[in-house]
Amino acid sequence: MKEIHYQDIVEEVKEMCKKSNTNLGEDVYSAFRKALKTERSETGKEILAQLIENADIAKAEQVPMCQDTGTAVFIVEVGQSCHIVGGSLVDAINEGVAKGYGEGYLRNSIIYHPLNRKNTGNNTPAVVHIELVEGEHLTIHMTAKGGGAENMSDLKMLKPSDGMEGVKKYILSIVKEAGPNACPPLVVGVGIGGNFERCAYLAKKSLFRPLGIRHTDPEIAELEEELIIEINRLGIGPQGMGGSTTALDVKIEVESCHISALPVAINLNCHASRHQTITVN
Amino acid sequence: MPKEIRLPLNDDELISLKAGDRILLSGIVYTARDAAHKRMVEQEKEGIPFPIDLAGQVLYYVGPTPAKPGEAIGSAGPTTSGRMDLYTPRLLEKGLKGMIGKGYRSEEVKRSIVTHKAVYFGAVGGAAALISRSIKSAEVVAYEDLGTEAIRKLTIEKFPVFVINDIHGGDIYQEGVAKYKL
Repeated sequence: MKEIHYQDIVEEVKEMCKKSNTNLGEDVYSAFRKALKTERSETGKEILAQLIENADIAKAEQVPMCQDTGTAVFIVEVGQSCHIVGGSLVDAINEGVAKGYGEGYLRNSIIYHPLNRKNTGNNTPAVVHIELVEGEHLTIHMTAKGGGAENMSDLKMLKPSDGMEGVKKYILSIVKEAGPNACPPLVVGVGIGGNFERCAYLAKKSLFRPLGIRHTDPEIAELEEELIIEINRLGIGPQGMGGSTTALDVKIEVESCHISALPVAINLNCHASRHQTITVN
Repeated sequence: MPKEIRLPLNDDELISLKAGDRILLSGIVYTARDAAHKRMVEQEKEGIPFPIDLAGQVLYYVGPTPAKPGEAIGSAGPTTSGRMDLYTPRLLEKGLKGMIGKGYRSEEVKRSIVTHKAVYFGAVGGAAALISRSIKSAEVVAYEDLGTEAIRKLTIEKFPVFVINDIHGGDIYQEGVAKYKL
């Protein structure tokens, strides 16, 4: 059985936290460049140009691209034949987050309790989702998820009779309602199916797929493409000041569900779509 | 080309500002977000005056990242303004003239902006590293215990914003979307 050491996980997580906040992914950066060419509004173009310059400065100076350095959210694929030694996986992740946010001069945005609002001071606890998989690898996916777009996310238990049209209508209504608050241009993550809690997870998980990569199911891929077009017709534009770039991408994940249900969750991501993946050996 | 404005705002400038204008602001602004707004307004009800005189001033809704050694401030982009809506009309009554943030304001705040002849500016959300370059100094002046949410006095130089809501009732979020909706 393969052994993975606690301290190695801490070190990897620490670096992921720092890197995700300073180095915008190539996929998002190219999406900005592409949008700059197609955006119809002059204000929209100016905003996209500022976002490109911002990403360049953040990378060159190794400073956070956004002051909201997010909730650290992890999806961890744990191979069932690997053995973590020296401590628990969740403790290792939290220690890595605390170190990464401290060393990286990142903002601590997590509070102990939603009602007393006292800051924990090191951006932990992280949100950790564990998926047990075959094999002996440990793959960690991490995102620094900003609060503005998270706050405009939504979940609805639609009726089966609402069908495809109902799903589309609901997604468009949520993007419209979010307007400037979610910091467009957005990445729109959608979960369809599962049950109440599973659906929200699917929406979050969909955001980990790099921009420009379509779903492997051609029908879902087509729905993603259709929604990109429909959302960009809403006119919201960069920062909601009007324009043709409202969504950089739409990601959908689908799962089986109950005969009575059509759950749909929409997890909005601002343009600072900060994702990292590593495999610990 | 953006128009350059030196703070504090004067009445002529306030009248000339139109929703959608690109502006570079220079001068003094104060930071305040959720926790500072809540404390200011709740303490005032108990008879404790605001810790800073807001008359004629501009508030920036921001919770910056920690400054690296030798830097004035960390990354410092705008946060969502709507969370301040509950408290904003009272601050406008006390003479606040401008706000910098991002996102929708409530109908009450928009009416209040017109009534009290003030302006709501939007900075580009998520352009925090770029925006920080135009912040030359930062000093905590109140509520230090609130950490990133403390009230800071910032000296800004050519700080890039857009006019979102002007004193004439203009709203670029509505006008912009109407123009580009297909």
